[in-house]
Amino acid sequence: MMMEFDRFDPPPAKFPGNVPAIRVQANADHWFAAAEALHAAHAHFLSLWGADDRDRDNCFRIYGAWLLPDRVVVIENALRDVANPHYASLAPLFPAASRMQRAVYDLLGISTEEPDMRRWLRHDGWPESVFPLRRAFDGNQQYPVTSEPYPFVQVEGDGVHEIPVGPVHAGTIEPGHFRFSVVGEKVLRLEERLGYTHKGVGKRFQAMPQAEGHWLAARLCGDSAVAFSWAWCAALESITDTLCPPRAIALRALALEHERMANHLGDLGALGNDAGFAFGLTQFSRLKEDLLRTGAALFGERYLMNFILPGGVARDLPAHASALLSAQYLKLEESVAGLRSIYDEHAGVQDRFRETGRLDHAPAEQLGALGLVARASGIQCDLRVNMPWPPYDGLQVQPALQTSGDVAARAQVRFDEVFASLRLCRALLADLSAGPVHAAVPIAEPGSMGIGLIEGWRGPVLIVLEAGPEGSIRNCHAHDPSWQNWPLLEYAIIGNLVPDFPLINKSFNLSYSGQDG
Amino acid sequence: MFDVLSRIMRTGILTETPAEDAQNSSAITDLQTDLRSILGRALCIRQVDAGSCNGCELEINALNNPYYNLEGLGIKFVASPRHADLLLVTGPVSVNMEEALKRTYDATPDPKFVVALGDCADCGCVFGRSYASRGGVANLIPVDYTILGCPPEPAAILKGILQVARSKHRAS
Ligand code: SF4
Repeated sequence: MMMEFDRFDPPPAKFPGNVPAIRVQANADHWFAAAEALHAAHAHFLSLWGADDRDRDNCFRIYGAWLLPDRVVVIENALRDVANPHYASLAPLFPAASRMQRAVYDLLGISTEEPDMRRWLRHDGWPESVFPLRRAFDGNQQYPVTSEPYPFVQVEGDGVHEIPVGPVHAGTIEPGHFRFSVVGEKVLRLEERLGYTHKGVGKRFQAMPQAEGHWLAARLCGDSAVAFSWAWCAALESITDTLCPPRAIALRALALEHERMANHLGDLGALGNDAGFAFGLTQFSRLKEDLLRTGAALFGERYLMNFILPGGVARDLPAHASALLSAQYLKLEESVAGLRSIYDEHAGVQDRFRETGRLDHAPAEQLGALGLVARASGIQCDLRVNMPWPPYDGLQVQPALQTSGDVAARAQVRFDEVFASLRLCRALLADLSAGPVHAAVPIAEPGSMGIGLIEGWRGPVLIVLEAGPEGSIRNCHAHDPSWQNWPLLEYAIIGNLVPDFPLINKSFNLSYSGQDG
Repeated sequence: MFDVLSRIMRTGILTETPAEDAQNSSAITDLQTDLRSILGRALCIRQVDAGSCNGCELEINALNNPYYNLEGLGIKFVASPRHADLLLVTGPVSVNMEEALKRTYDATPDPKFVVALGDCADCGCVFGRSYASRGGVANLIPVDYTILGCPPEPAAILKGILQVARSKHRAS
């Protein structure tokens, strides 16, 4: 694998970050060959993004990132034909690349030969000829909305009809559009249309100083505030040679595991509810609320939008934290164990969970599943296990793995991970070293690029940060694993009944805001 | 089954009185009576995420947990704007949600109340106004009341909704 890249000129370079990463400069010929080599090595496709570098060295750039078992590989491709920037599509090898390529076109006008180049992030809010991430574009510019139809794929046949849902949904959830093609109650096809919550964060980052980027990062996806703000800080710290104090690092991990548990508890309750077992919702939502309240008392906030900042964390735990948390963990563990056996033995719940929304190992692998969804389909991928960054390098995280790929498996992974997180939290508290929780962070060298990759509750969240002059941000690419997993929901629903969609959807619980950017 | 029952027994009743009414729990009964006398039913809320990060939604959903027991107060979330008295709008309004928000507003029968929930819904917060974001909700539709916070805590949301419900009562 590495041999392939060693022939490149220049040879691969270390990419600064919290996990081992290399950066490979490929020209147009090597771009696709490199992707093929990664495909042959069963690398997991992680992200795709672009940049307008015409002001610096007169090119556009396209980047791809992959996960190998022990490192991240970033392939970079400088596109010299600036009048018609173009690169070879990765979708034939990595289907998950398709929507990202559409998004790259919408933002930068860099194209590829994909057959499906319908607009993804641009709906009708800015003109077709405008590419907001191009450097000369003024991000504050506003345009009137024009109403443009979106060509959904039509399914034809006897008795087939369409059910359009959204973008505003019946419950309190994020906006997106689902188009079901059904026969009777059976789903033949689901087509998602997302992008409704696109807030232009890429452009927004470019207008912020490095010292403030973590505010925005924490707000990319509210349920993953810790994961994204940590990823952002890890990227900045890696290019400023900042060493976070050990206590701060442990507190970050404690916050991340709390975020994981809170989300899993919420989902387990909602899954019970969608399976007609309201008792589950009552019980789990209570446990989640207890955890959030303790969080508020100790970390200062229920959702940690302002806790992680470059160089460490915003505040230390109060003295009584350890005793309070230990007592709460004990209660939580007992309650979740009890509820797990109730779920496991409840015929109604199991009947709805089992075999529903199945995503088998082979399609999950082929379509590029990441995170929790991948682990429920038997794919062993968890950065805390594969590339443990501090403090996980000292914690021996055990991966949660299920193989049936159905709603039941995604529920079991959540149960297992709640218990695993409890173990990690206890270990973190037991080993908590004294000392400061913050270190000063200098500004980064212009042009330096760093990566932050954190295993959030949904899966790996990525930040790639490139510094500009005088403490500014030249580029910042954020990636949520929902990009990969949304198309898998389309796959998992096929052949299921329409009324099972809320349950299946909840078992994935993907982010809209995180993917829309 | 026994497990379920024993857990329900052990959990007990968790519902708390909203903070502002702590000294006067009859205020809740009054409110319920008020709501019924004005509307003949519960206060119906339609939530619209106009581009939020989902943080505000998490806290709105928390109102349904047993500690807050929203429905017990005579307040419920409904699936269609046509059945709503109040729109609870989150997020900076993304340009991609502008039309859906306006349509939802138009579909809500008069008299209607609009509550902007969260710092983003107030002013766009960290997302500001840009090619993709219109900033605060008031830039698109009239807003009657704003609940600040990022995200606002459930108790603050509840307090805000009660306040609006009362002013609605007074107005009628
Ligand atoms: S106010 Fe805060 S929590 Fe609410 S949508 Fe905005 S960033 Fe998210």
